[in-house]
Amino acid sequence: MKKRVVITGLGVVSPNGVGISAFSEAIKKGISGIAFLPELRDLNFSCQLGAIPKISEEKKREYLSDLQLRNFNSSGILYGVIAGMDALKDARIEPATTEEAPLWDLGIIFGTGTSGVDKFREAIYKIDDKNVRRLGSTSVAQTMASGVSAYLGGLIGAGNMVTANSSACATGTEALLMGYEHIAFGKAKFMLCGSTSDSGPYIWGGFDAMKVTTYKYNDAPKGIAGPMSADASGFVPGSGAGAYLLESLESAQQRGATIYAEILGGAVNNGGQRCGGSMTAPNSLAIQKCIKDALEDSNTEAWEIDYINGHLTATIKDPDEIENWSIALNRKGDRFPFINSLKGMVGHCLAASGSIEIVSAILQLHEGFVFPNVNCENLHPKIASLISSEKISMKMQKTSLQTIAKASFGFGDVNACAIFKKI
Amino acid sequence: MTSEEIYTKLEPIIKTYLPEDVSANEINRKSDLTRELNINSAHLVDIILDIEDLFNIEFKNEDMEQLRNVNDAILLIQQKTS
Repeated sequence: MKKRVVITGLGVVSPNGVGISAFSEAIKKGISGIAFLPELRDLNFSCQLGAIPKISEEKKREYLSDLQLRNFNSSGILYGVIAGMDALKDARIEPATTEEAPLWDLGIIFGTGTSGVDKFREAIYKIDDKNVRRLGSTSVAQTMASGVSAYLGGLIGAGNMVTANSSACATGTEALLMGYEHIAFGKAKFMLCGSTSDSGPYIWGGFDAMKVTTYKYNDAPKGIAGPMSADASGFVPGSGAGAYLLESLESAQQRGATIYAEILGGAVNNGGQRCGGSMTAPNSLAIQKCIKDALEDSNTEAWEIDYINGHLTATIKDPDEIENWSIALNRKGDRFPFINSLKGMVGHCLAASGSIEIVSAILQLHEGFVFPNVNCENLHPKIASLISSEKISMKMQKTSLQTIAKASFGFGDVNACAIFKKI
Repeated sequence: MTSEEIYTKLEPIIKTYLPEDVSANEINRKSDLTRELNINSAHLVDIILDIEDLFNIEFKNEDMEQLRNVNDAILLIQQKTS
């Protein structure tokens, strides 16, 4: 029999707040982490805005030793380590001491798109300069995709599966569902899951070249048309990390841990880059199937969903996403649940988007509120024709939520949807 | 450079790479870097790079094979700087 799985720890490194209390405060107030970045202007980026978490040197030293920080140049690993260790601490789980055996029952699935691009850039310059011998000992650890899970694994002394998944912008949601299954099938007691994404021009450049980011608000970073707005013209690239500590309900109850939510189930699928789907665009049928499969897996009826944390990137695809939710749930107008997107505040945090947004969704479920969907005064007419505008709150609303859905969609036509319930 | 002068410059480099549970007092000329001081063997290349920068010298692959303890390092540095 499958074990019930709950979330007992959260951690977040978001452009609008580092740490759960700062982040919770920020999302309630609709605080933006998006800023004009002169570096992007100097490099001739079309979109000169970006969203980067603020982390002091002092803060870094709380998590990594001077030795670990020597020649360290991987923002994604830093964010992942802070979010992951915070989630562990929040769940009141202690790392193994240096003399002890590893924690055999604790595993890690912490994904990323790519790791340590700044470190990789350093290495490439040295190699081209015929100086490969000067790379130092941590080039590999900082640039391997599993760098973030490996750093966390060492800090914690994790002894179960320690790995990094990668599924573009669905990475964080996929990591949650992989960890969920690992516990549900009794293969681990605790799973630290999440995802991270580097900051800066070398991770964002490809998106700028594809013209999927917005070039219209370089002089007005606070006035960007947000997700679901008729004026939405592309996303702002972001970065950061989100993390959650998963464990069996049994274990959480025995420990007397704070239970943020139960993970009822979910689904991960792929549109096969068919039926309108491609490397970069989603197959709507697959999205609808993913949502329906997630409900079925969770033994949840569509009418039970109180709130949706959308993928909604502030691109021309937002109305299609709303239509897909509406079809999959068979709900429209004022029968549609609350929906919002965090991307108006923190931009699109790419591989970290799913995990930071899951943390925001769990906080809403746990505390009973819906955060404002910022900068959407002019709702897209197609969205307005599908669902009641009251379901997209521009202001923070206190409301009791019981069952919620989170979905993420990514390049490669990947989809992931998870269902959570308050207990 | 006398071996004493080299040792004084070398000690802080080695100190950087000590694990948290090894005290800097344990560094002496004969201490084996990986076996006794418990320095992660991957960090030996970092120690070499730091030495190269500080003494403005360059090590060969063969030199690195000879490096086991602090005295080895002092000898190698003396050869390269003389």
